[in-house]
Amino acid sequence: METKKTSLFQLHQDNNAKFVEFAGYQMPIQYSDGIVEEHKFTRNHSGIFDVSHMGQLFINGSEDLVSDLEKIFPLDLKKLKLNHSKYSFLMNNDAGIYDDLIITKIEGGFLIILNAACKESDFEILSKLLKNKYKMVLDEKRSLIAIQGPKSVEILKDVIEGVEDLNFMTGNWFLFNDKRVYITRSGYTGEDGFEISVDNELADKFTRKLIEKGAKLIGLGARDTLRLEAGLCLYGHELDKGKTPIEANLKWAISKERISKGDFIGSDIIIKQLNDGVQKVRVGIKPEGRIIAREKTKIFNQSDLYIGEITSGTFGPSVNGPVAMGYVENEFSKKDTKVFLEVRGKKHPANICGLPFYKKNYVKGVN
Amino acid sequence: MSEVKYSKEHEWIKLEGDTATIGITKHATEMLGDIVFTELPEKGSNVEKDGTAGVVESTKAASDVYTPVSGEVVDTNQAIVDDPSKINQDPENSAWFFKLKIKDKSEMDSLMSKDEYDKFAKESSS
Repeated sequence: METKKTSLFQLHQDNNAKFVEFAGYQMPIQYSDGIVEEHKFTRNHSGIFDVSHMGQLFINGSEDLVSDLEKIFPLDLKKLKLNHSKYSFLMNNDAGIYDDLIITKIEGGFLIILNAACKESDFEILSKLLKNKYKMVLDEKRSLIAIQGPKSVEILKDVIEGVEDLNFMTGNWFLFNDKRVYITRSGYTGEDGFEISVDNELADKFTRKLIEKGAKLIGLGARDTLRLEAGLCLYGHELDKGKTPIEANLKWAISKERISKGDFIGSDIIIKQLNDGVQKVRVGIKPEGRIIAREKTKIFNQSDLYIGEITSGTFGPSVNGPVAMGYVENEFSKKDTKVFLEVRGKKHPANICGLPFYKKNYVKGVN
Repeated sequence: MSEVKYSKEHEWIKLEGDTATIGITKHATEMLGDIVFTELPEKGSNVEKDGTAGVVESTKAASDVYTPVSGEVVDTNQAIVDDPSKINQDPENSAWFFKLKIKDKSEMDSLMSKDEYDKFAKESSS
């Protein structure tokens, strides 16, 4: 299969992007400034991310659709207000995670943002579950651009007036060049920011406007270090079919009311795990030295027994040190538990820690 | 007189008497991206030609550093362990990795000259 290109491919090239293949797309991993500078620029200023490879699934329907989606997602969708968004996941009967996603109630239905690598299979799973009752479009004609960082609101409102009034996890339709764009105040970096769904034909022009106003293109490399510092899960690493939302420490994303009813896919296991506890659980891990423990690094307890594995690990430019997430046996998941990480045959001390690693400090002049 | 030679693993080696200073090339740093972690061989240890003698890690991945010649490690550059970003800034000079007391100067013969290496790097990256 030939790798796909997003509508910003030319713009990435013009900005000296280094490309990698990701989920069947040619995506920029970094530009000339490099991952560390791009990361810091996003934290201190404003970074633009081409996330057009992600799925934009529009489902049309009204009350029936709300009820049918409630059988799938552990959310109070009946109570979800127009233009409000929720983080959720698509699960199998064992509460294993097919994908994590953001679902937004829009006029006439829902917009669901899906991971690039899962979007096609998600579409099939959802079509089956919804028995083809509703019009579903995995929209390839729209691009998705994220702008993240403290200066993003100033920059974006200069291009599209009114976005400054959006609250976190809400959205609305706006106009750009007389075309409708859907903007949500959201993102995946731990920063204030927006995601803009825009027609492919306008994506390049729109993004160049943001650059004119002072934002910079940021690659997938920095996107990964930013989300990891923010303690956010990445599908295929922290999340997969073999892990449940309870094990992934995402209980907060499940509606309490829906749990009490227990009438959604995977609810049996979710309720069982909430009552009985879990064997393994996702934690933050901070190595004591500078050593970087990457995905698949084995974790040991103080008695040298294997207790789990790292799922993501890198150097956090804002933390200025190594950071990691992984799964450990529940009894070793308490904050400040000392563990050992096996890197290149040697065991290195580390501590279980709270997440996120990096929390936004809104005081001006800091960092 | 000192001579600088280059390996296919993108190390440079500068020989002065029987002491060789070894580091990684600018081309290598450009391929790696921002270096955020460095591990060096222990002083007093012996390393063998083409064996691993350290690690550099970028935000993306870890890569082994190989020694292009055999010898005893007589010095290591703590400055690049404390601040690995120095390697990106000045890879072929102040950000050297380790110094060896070499055993066999003839091991240098198979290595590349500057011109040969530049050509090799250009070809291997295209």
